Amino acid sequence: MQQIPCPHCGPRAQAEFDYIRSLDSIVPLETAPEAAMATLWARDNPRGETAELWRHSYGCRQWLTLRRDTVSLAVLSATIWGAQA
Amino acid sequence: MQRYSALALVKGALTGQKHWQRAWRDPSPKKHYDVIIIGGGGHGLATAYYLASRHGVRNIAVLEKGWIGGGNTGRNTTIVRSNYRQPALHNFFEMGLKLWHGLSDDLNFNVMFSPRGILLLGHSDGDMRRLAERGDALRTSGIDGDLLSRAEVAKLEPLLDMSESARFPIKGALIQRRGGTARHDAVVWGYARAADALGVDIIQNCAVTGFDMAGGRVTGVQTSKGTIGADRVGICVAGHSGHVAGMAGIRLPIESQTLQAFVSEGVKPMVDTVVQSMSVHCYISQSDKGGIVLGGDPDRFPSYAQRTFLPPIEQAAADAIALIPALSRLRIIRTWAGITDMSFDGSPIISPLPVDGLYLNGGWCYGGFKATPASGVAYAHLLGTGESHPLATGFTLDRFARGATIDESGDGPWPEAR
Repeated sequence: MQQIPCPHCGPRAQAEFDYIRSLDSIVPLETAPEAAMATLWARDNPRGETAELWRHSYGCRQWLTLRRDTVSLAVLSATIWGAQA
Repeated sequence: MQRYSALALVKGALTGQKHWQRAWRDPSPKKHYDVIIIGGGGHGLATAYYLASRHGVRNIAVLEKGWIGGGNTGRNTTIVRSNYRQPALHNFFEMGLKLWHGLSDDLNFNVMFSPRGILLLGHSDGDMRRLAERGDALRTSGIDGDLLSRAEVAKLEPLLDMSESARFPIKGALIQRRGGTARHDAVVWGYARAADALGVDIIQNCAVTGFDMAGGRVTGVQTSKGTIGADRVGICVAGHSGHVAGMAGIRLPIESQTLQAFVSEGVKPMVDTVVQSMSVHCYISQSDKGGIVLGGDPDRFPSYAQRTFLPPIEQAAADAIALIPALSRLRIIRTWAGITDMSFDGSPIISPLPVDGLYLNGGWCYGGFKATPASGVAYAHLLGTGESHPLATGFTLDRFARGATIDESGDGPWPEAR
């Protein structure tokens, strides 16, 4: 199984984490309705590098920003959500 | 096309069986086609076959990056059924199920369709109410579905754990007797051979790398074998829908995720139907070779990695053993993974795209195999006439903006929730 390097807990089994959303699907509050719909209902769905919101649900329960490669499944970086990258 | 028959086999016996021809040609791409279908899986080849046989389009190419049937058509659990709750879905899949029942004759190729019955187990009063409702919905549309009692289920599948202390006590089931399994490779080969006989060029090892456009209209595709012109281009690439549509600058309501399945060593017949459950997400059937074929949840995060990882397999195996304890003695001999195109309402997309002449057939989530004939018929109708097939009008891309999603599981717009 893959390990994900949680910034708080260190490397942990992927089964402890939940994928929440890709970052391109998160709608800022001030977004106009049409742009919000386009964001909610479509994805880049890249074959390669992607950025996502994950949660260490069965660990520290922190929300994480993960940069990953969707083909190799390598985790490129894991940072606490909201912290400066 | 040389027809396959018992007589040909007997005749061939006299001549050392040396009369067999190639099942399909290996042509070089022409400069221009009326229709190009990207993706040589079951759906793409079925589309080409019905486009040629039902709509009279003869100048068709199917472009396949690898070898035909090497993607999700060869990476599923071969289950065929139409027992959906929603009319838009069960009427569509029923059109396909009817085709499955005559498919071997239609294609002159034995697809080994085995209507052994889909047994959908209920484990609680709530499950049984939902099964009864689903059965009623099916019967209202003229589709078969029978509610079975506990005793009837025990008689049909004696190895199920029917004890009161079972981890998932079985209260009854809904059976669709006309559903079953088919041989996945044979479906691909049958459609390929029949399409080729109608003049369709099947071009393997030909990866599409981009689209040629002029005036907001697609005019052809760029491939690893050069540029090929086309009046209409149909994308039919399952898990890679987002990637290929992205080459045309289009974002889709699709997230690609891995779905795994696995098979045990071969044993004597022990599971006669396809066993599924309302409360446990695993599906159990026995292949003609005797292996127990098992599948469960997708991996629930975006992935294009066509390989397995253990937690979902462990989950599906645990669920299967809870239902049929005898399975615990079997050894898993093979696992595989396919890239599924998880749509945002769990239903397929058979639709024109915002670029003229460009079409999409995707979003099948992990239910694409059963749809192969119906998908081919509907996509051929769209590519041949420009209009949606009467049973597929609800599957267009604009349904998301209109709020007209077809959400079988009622989970809302989350691709990983299916």
